[in-house]
Amino acid sequence: MSSITASPSHKKKSATTDERVGKKSTLSILLGRPEIGALVGAVALFIFFAIVAPVFLSPASLATVLYGASTIGIMAVGVSLLMIGGEFDLSTGVAVISSALSASLVSWYFGLNVWVGIVVALLVSMLIGFINGIILIKTKLPSFIVTLASFLMLTGLNLGLTRAIGGSVSSPSIANMEGFQSAKAVFASSVNIGGIEVKVTVFIWLAMVLIASWILLRTKVGNWIFAIGGDEKAARAVGVPVVRTKIGLFMAVGFCGWVLGMHNLFAFDSVQSGEGIGNEFLYIIAAVIGGCLLTGGYGSAIGGAIGAFIFGMANKGIVYAEWNPDWFKFFLGLMLLLATVVNIVVKKRAESSK
Amino acid sequence: MKTRKNKKTEELLEKLEPKTSDNLLTFKGVGKHYGSIIALRDVDMVVDPGKVTCVLGDNGAGKSTLIKIIAGLHQHDEGEFMLHGSAIKLKSPRVALDAGIAAVYQDLAVVPLMPIWRNFFLGSELTTGVGPFKKLDVQKMKDITKQELSDMGIDLRDVEQPIGQLSGGERQCVAIARAVYFGAKVLILDEPTAALGVKQSGVVLRYILQARDRGLGVIFITHNPHHAYPVGDSFLLLKRGRSIGYYSKSEITVGELTAQMAGGAELAELAHELEQLGGHDEELSEAEAGATSQTTA
Ligand SMILES: Nc1ncnc2c1ncn2[C@@H]1O[C@H](COP(=O)(O)OP(=O)(O)O)[C@@H](O)[C@H]1O
Ligand SMILES: [Mg+2]
Repeated sequence: MSSITASPSHKKKSATTDERVGKKSTLSILLGRPEIGALVGAVALFIFFAIVAPVFLSPASLATVLYGASTIGIMAVGVSLLMIGGEFDLSTGVAVISSALSASLVSWYFGLNVWVGIVVALLVSMLIGFINGIILIKTKLPSFIVTLASFLMLTGLNLGLTRAIGGSVSSPSIANMEGFQSAKAVFASSVNIGGIEVKVTVFIWLAMVLIASWILLRTKVGNWIFAIGGDEKAARAVGVPVVRTKIGLFMAVGFCGWVLGMHNLFAFDSVQSGEGIGNEFLYIIAAVIGGCLLTGGYGSAIGGAIGAFIFGMANKGIVYAEWNPDWFKFFLGLMLLLATVVNIVVKKRAESSK
Repeated sequence: MKTRKNKKTEELLEKLEPKTSDNLLTFKGVGKHYGSIIALRDVDMVVDPGKVTCVLGDNGAGKSTLIKIIAGLHQHDEGEFMLHGSAIKLKSPRVALDAGIAAVYQDLAVVPLMPIWRNFFLGSELTTGVGPFKKLDVQKMKDITKQELSDMGIDLRDVEQPIGQLSGGERQCVAIARAVYFGAKVLILDEPTAALGVKQSGVVLRYILQARDRGLGVIFITHNPHHAYPVGDSFLLLKRGRSIGYYSKSEITVGELTAQMAGGAELAELAHELEQLGGHDEELSEAEAGATSQTTA
C-alpha cells in the first residue's frame, strides 16, 4: 500500500529505522505495490504490440493510444478511489452522458452561454454522486443494488428528457452558441508537442491521477478512504467520518463523470442520449486491472491509470496490428482474469510474510 | 438472593456517593434493548481514575452492549450514565473520544491492510501546511508511533508493516498505546485476552496495568475470572443482561468470583448429579465448595 513507497524525507536517521529490518531491496518494495501486476502487464503488452505492429511505436500512434486511455482513465481515477473506499458505481457510464446532456439541453433550451450549462452539468453530476451516496448510507443496501437502480433511472431519464426537450434521440447542436469555442478549447482541444497533436484530455487525465495520488497517500482523507474500505466498523470506531467520506467519494466519481461528459459534448456538438451504457464496466475493469481490490481497502490511483493505459493499448493495438476488433473484448476479459489473480497474490504478500 | 445483591450494590454506591464528581464514570440502573431483546438492564457501576473495573459474564451477558454505550456506539434507554458526575448520552464514537473515552474492541478496531503508523493515527492524523496543501506529517507520525510503542515496552521492528501481520497480542497493545497517547481518561477493553494464548494474555494484562498506572480508568471485559482478579480493583458480574453482583477486590476471592460466574445453583445441581453418579469424589467436593462459596459470598 501507500506506505511502502519510501518518502523522500527519509534521509535523516529516524526512530523508524531498526537494525532488525533488513534494508528492503527496491525489488521487494516494488513487489509490494498494488499496481505491480498491471505495470508488468502493461510493459508486456507494449512490447508485444511493438513487435507485431511496428507502427504502434510511432509518436502519432502513441498519442492516439494515450487519448483512448485518457477517456477511460479520467473516470477510472474516481472509480479507483471509490473502489479503495469499498464501494463501486454501476451508473458511471450513463452518468457521463447525463452530464453532457444537462449542459447541452440547458444552454440550448434557455439560449444561454454554454458555460452556464457546464456549471449546471457540474451540479447535476455532483448531485447524482451525492444521491448515490446518501441512498447507500441510509438504506445500507450494497452499492451494487443502489447504483444499478440509478443506472437504470439515469438511462431512462437521458432518453426521456432528451426527447421531451429536444424532440430527438440526440441533443440539438450547440455549435453556434455563445461560449462553445472557449469550452471546446478547455475540454476538447489538442496540444501540439513536437509536431504531434496530443489531446488535452491526456493532460487533464494525468493531472487528475497526480491529484488523486496525493490525496490518497498524503492527506487525512486518503487515510480515511483506505480505512473505510479496509474495515468500515474499525474506521468508525476510531472517529473516521465514514458517512462524509463515502458520500464524498461518490461525488468525486460524479466530478470525473462531468469532466468526461464535457469532453464528449465539446469533442462534437451534440450527444446521443442512449450512449454510455456498458462503459461503467470499462472503468471498473481499469481499476481492477490496476490493482484495486473489489473488496476495498487496497489499490492506487496510479494503478487505475495503468489499467486505463492497458485498455488504450489493447483497443488501438489490435487496430494497428490489423486484427479484427472483434477480438478486443476477449482480450479484455482475459486480462481482467489474469489481473485479478495477480492482485490476490500481491495482497496476500502484503498481508502476511515479510 | 436478589435482595442481597441489590443491597450490596447500594452499599457500594453509597460508599462512593460523596465523591461522585471524582468518579470518572457512574452507571445507575442503566438498561438497553435492541427492539424487543433486552440486552442490558439495571446495571450499576463506577469507574475511577487509576483503577481497573472488570466486567465479567458469559457469552451474551451484555458485556459488549455495556461498553458500546460507554463508547458512543449505542445509547442507553434506561437509567443514568454520568461522566464526571453529569448525565450524558454519547451520540457517536467521535463524541466519546473527545470526552476521553477510548475503546479497544473484541473485533479489534484496526484496519489490517494499513501500516501500523497509519492505524495508530487513524482518525486523528497529524498534518503540516495550510489550506489545500495541508498534508500528512508522515515522518512525525512514524517517529511517534515507534516511540509510544517502545514506551509501552512493545518493540516493533517496522511501523511500516501492515498491522495485520502482527500477532493478536501485539495488535491489542498497539490499540492500547494509541488510546494512552491520545490522552484517553477511560480505556475500555472488550475481551482483549479471549483469543490469546497464556503468554500473550500475560503481556496484555501487563499493558492494562501500565495504562492504570498512568492514571487511566480501565474497564476490562472478560469471561475469565483468572485474568480479571489479578488486575482488577472492582468487579461487575453480568448474567443475561442483569447485574448479579458488584464487588470491590477486598470483598471477594478469585474462587468466589469463579463460583459466582458459574452460578451457584448450576454448581449445586452439578454436585447433586455427580453425587448420584458416584465415584467422582474430587469433582464433587469442588462443585460443592463452589456452591457454598457462592452462597456465603
Ligand atoms: N445489535 C444487536 N441487535 C440485537 N440484539 C443484540 C445486538 N447486539 C447484541 N444483542 C443481543 O444482546 C445480548 C447481549 O449481547 P452482548 O452485549 O454482545 O453480550 P456479550 O458481549 O456479553 O457476549 C445478546 O443476547 C445478543 O444477542
Ligand atoms: Mg462480546
